[in-house]
Parts: sequence; C-alpha cells; structure tokens
Amino acid sequence: MTPLSIAFVPLTDSAPLIAAREKGFAAEQGIDLTLVRSESWATLRDRLVYGQVQAAHMLAPLAVAVTLGLSQHPCALSTPFKLNTNGNALVMSTAFAAALDPDLTRRIDDPIATAHDFAAAIGLHRRKPVIGVVHRFSSHALMLRYWLGFAGIDPDRDVTLRVLPPSLMTEALKADEIDGFIAGEPWNTAATAEGLAEFVFAGVRIWQRGVEKVLALRKDWMEANAMTVDRLLIALSRSAAWCDDPANKAELASLLARAEYVGRSPDILLPALTGVIVPKQGHSPLAIADFIMFGREASGFPWRSQALWIYSQFVRWGLAPHDAASERAAAEVFRSDIYRRALGASGQPMPGASLKLEGALTAPLAVGSHAGTLTLGPDRFFDGRVFDPDHLGDYIADFGAH
Amino acid sequence: MRIVIVDDTGARASVLEEGLRDAGYDDIHLVPPHGAFVARIERLVPDVVLMDLGSPSRDSLEEMLIVSRALARPIAMFVDQSDEAMIGAAIDAGISAYVVDGLRKDRVKPVLDLAIRRFNAFARMQSELQEAKLALAERKTIDRAKAILMETRGLTEPDAYALLRSTAMNQGRRIAEVADALITASSLLGGKP
Repeated sequence: MTPLSIAFVPLTDSAPLIAAREKGFAAEQGIDLTLVRSESWATLRDRLVYGQVQAAHMLAPLAVAVTLGLSQHPCALSTPFKLNTNGNALVMSTAFAAALDPDLTRRIDDPIATAHDFAAAIGLHRRKPVIGVVHRFSSHALMLRYWLGFAGIDPDRDVTLRVLPPSLMTEALKADEIDGFIAGEPWNTAATAEGLAEFVFAGVRIWQRGVEKVLALRKDWMEANAMTVDRLLIALSRSAAWCDDPANKAELASLLARAEYVGRSPDILLPALTGVIVPKQGHSPLAIADFIMFGREASGFPWRSQALWIYSQFVRWGLAPHDAASERAAAEVFRSDIYRRALGASGQPMPGASLKLEGALTAPLAVGSHAGTLTLGPDRFFDGRVFDPDHLGDYIADFGAH
Repeated sequence: MRIVIVDDTGARASVLEEGLRDAGYDDIHLVPPHGAFVARIERLVPDVVLMDLGSPSRDSLEEMLIVSRALARPIAMFVDQSDEAMIGAAIDAGISAYVVDGLRKDRVKPVLDLAIRRFNAFARMQSELQEAKLALAERKTIDRAKAILMETRGLTEPDAYALLRSTAMNQGRRIAEVADALITASSLLGGKP
C-alpha cells in the first residue's frame, strides 16, 4: 500500500475524496489514504505547498493563483482531475431579499432579472451591501463578480466583498455584519434552515457547467510519482461515479456527516446531493437539476479552456496581469494529458480535445471521444456569452473597462 | 519588534506570550480571531503576526494583508522560503507566521523557533492533561463498580477488584469497560447508580 495524504476543507464537495477512502476505491488501487481536515484555504494551501500532504481539495482559481504567485509564495501546482462541477449558491438575508422577486422559483430561474432587481435594491439599502465570500481566488467570488458585473454593478465599488470562512457566515448574518454570502454547500442550506437567509441564485444557473473544486498536486511531485498519480485518478474517478449514483446519496450524506469530515447533520447535507433544495425556510422544495455533479459527463476532465476562463476573470478584475507568460502558466495548471494517461485504459468516454468553447452548448451534444460516446450537457453562461480560449484578450475587452 | 498573536485558545496564547516576554520581547498583543479582529491587527501595524494554523479565519487575515492601505510595508508568510525545515516544523506545530517585508531573518528566526517550541509544549501538556483526566474518570468508575460488588456479593475490596480484573481478562476488555457495564446493569436492576 502506498501511503498518501490529502488535505480537504469540510464541504459537501469533498465527497469524492471521502468516498474514495470509506468505500474502498483508494484501497483497491493500493493507496492507503489519509484525509487531513483543514479549516481554512490558507492552511490547506500551506500543507500542500510545504509538503505536509501530497494532494489537496482546492478551489480551482486558487490552484491557478498559487501557480502565478498571486497567493503568498508562488509554487507550480497541477490539476489532473476536477472533483466536482457546480455546487455554489448565493444567499441573502431575508431583509435584503425582500427587494427581490418573492417567487423563489422565478428568482432562481431567471438570474438576469434577479441581477437587475439586485442592482436596483443597492441604492435603497441602508448601507452598501456586504457580501461574504470564502476567498478572493474562489470560483464563488468569480461567479458573484460575473453576475454583479452583468447588471453594471462594480463589485469593488458598489458592494463590499468580505472574506469569511463559511463556518462563520451564519454568525456574521446574525450579527448583521454581512447581508448575504456565496459559499459551497452545506453552508447555504444551513443558513436557510436556520431562517437567516434565502437563496438568490444557484451556481448552476449562472454557468451551467461551472468549474469548482479540483484535485491539486505540486507539479514536481506529480511528475516524480506518475504511477501513484494514475492509481489515484482511477480511484477518484470510480469514487466520483459512486457519489453521482442516486442510489448512494443517503449513504454519502451519512458519511459526510461524520465529525471527522463535514460534521453537519445528514438533513443539511442531503439537499445539495439530491438537487432538491429548500430555498427559504418553510418553502416547498425545488428540484434544481445538476445542482452539483461529481462523475457524469466526464466532469473530472480538466479542460484547459476552463483554467483559461479563470485566468480571464483574474485579468478582468485586475487580480492578475495580462501577459503571454501568465496566460500560458495558467492554462498549464489543468493537465488534461495526465487525466488521459491515467484513465485512457479505463474504457470510459474520454474527450478528444483539451480546449473547447466554454458556454457554447445550449443543448446536450455528443462530442468526439476516444472510447464510447460522450455527451456533454449544456454549459451556457446565464448572459449567453461564449468564451473562446484562442481569443482571451477580445473576451476580456468585450466586458468593457473595469 | 511588535508581535501580534492571533489564537482562539487563550491558554496557549498566554503560554506563548509568556515565553516571548521571558526572551525579552515586550511589544506583544493578543488578538482573538473574532468579530473585527482583522481591523484591530491592521491598526496595530505589527512586524510579525503569529497565528494558529487551525483557525478558520486565516483567509480573512490574508485578505487584509493583500488589500490593506494602512500597512506601509507588505507582510507575507514566513520569512525565508529556503528554510523548508523550519516551515515544516511550524506547520507540524500548528503555527503560521506572517512577517513584515524587510525584517531580517536572524531577528525573526528566534521568535518563530520559540513559538514552535511553545506550541509543541502546549500540545503535549494538553494531551497529558487529557490522559490524566481520563485515568481519573476510569478510577472513579472502577471504585463504584467495586463498591457494588462488595455490597451485593459481600466481597472484600481486593476480591472485588480481582473479580473485575479476571472478568476483563477473560472477555478481552479493559477493566474500566467491565466496571462501566456493571454500573449500567446494576442501575437497570434497580441498584444504586
């Protein structure tokens, strides 16, 4: 058995790692997996960068930021596998949400109208709205900025984005320190169940196939341990498929509920897993398809175009410089070549390309695949923009000057 | 050198502060990571921030370090990236250090070494304390079980203990577990708990 330590943050989307250990997928591949719970992204990053663990459950943008040296000291990280797609939500205090469409189905189904409602409500609110985000280099922050930017809201001027750990978001709502927050599950459901907040949008309605947490490795370690990496990817790919199977959702929720993992009750964990969300205390449950995805549609495949989309948003918001070297370094964080090497023989459908247009699919599409058929689901952004990774500069310019 | 200690565990922060004061550092501030703690740290303009690695609020602190206009010189993690051994020891001990730009390594290293030693000593103390508490609780359980046996079966104290011990050995369990089961059974049967 090869001992391997992976750091994770207690969130629903750490599921593929937890199931890999608890359901024996790692052991099957000869990996003795130790999961190291980390209470902040900074600590998870330090454990990975300084070699206390070999891999981490990381925010995709953070993996790019660490590689570019935007988050403390630079360290080349690589992502050969995405742990999940989608899973975020924006919730606001009931006081602020009163300015939005009271019909929650309509509110969540139509992020365009909701963004305009939000923009109109800003001036009426007693203060500049304060929205909690988990990290500046998080998928959540980029998604929130994208949505606000659509309605002409400058996220750096018209609202205050406050970095808070998700475990403290509900306390901050109670203390009136924030008006809402965007985080991964189970924290949106937890705040909603307490009657402190209600859903404003679900990430899947902002970008239908949004990149979320990834498996991050140090590049040098990944290159020196090819065999172990391949076995780990096989284990995680089987685990992700298990996590996606509707028959396993209840068992998965009770695994995640254990104190050493997420440590919240299964009732709070289950809604995101089944995609049946209670968007407001006392509201009837809403089915939101693809709320979070683990293994379907080869969703673990690290499309390099997705790393470039993240980089485009960094540049758009002034978080990173725009130059050819940074653009190349960002794209190279996502290692579709390693995914292919590890899972090529597994018989599961494998995308033929490594780059694609992001946001171009309005309906499911069968794509070129090395084995079997692979159907990709619709991946639209709510505003209909399409990201062409070959024209990153034009894409950024099209948003207008920040 | 102004040192800020951010720690939720009041006792550990005190142990660290005491160590630093003994070593001659006298400009030390304890800031628990609650509420507007980031703004407090910003106002203190520290040279070194020592923070518990287990605190969920590290991301909030790092955000302040990036955006702060109040800090004249940037503060980044650790002081010297070449000293991987020391950084590893710090992470193992559960401590992170943010050091103001330009502070010399030879001035920071003793502070960090001391913090690592104190954090480790505190962790050892905690686990010893935990073990002592557990041992005390077990002894109380065994005493109660002995008393039950002495009363209901008319045994002497040494015989009562010998019976508990042989039962535990036969069942491959710990004496405290057998004692605990006996107390539960006895209370179910209407005996004194």
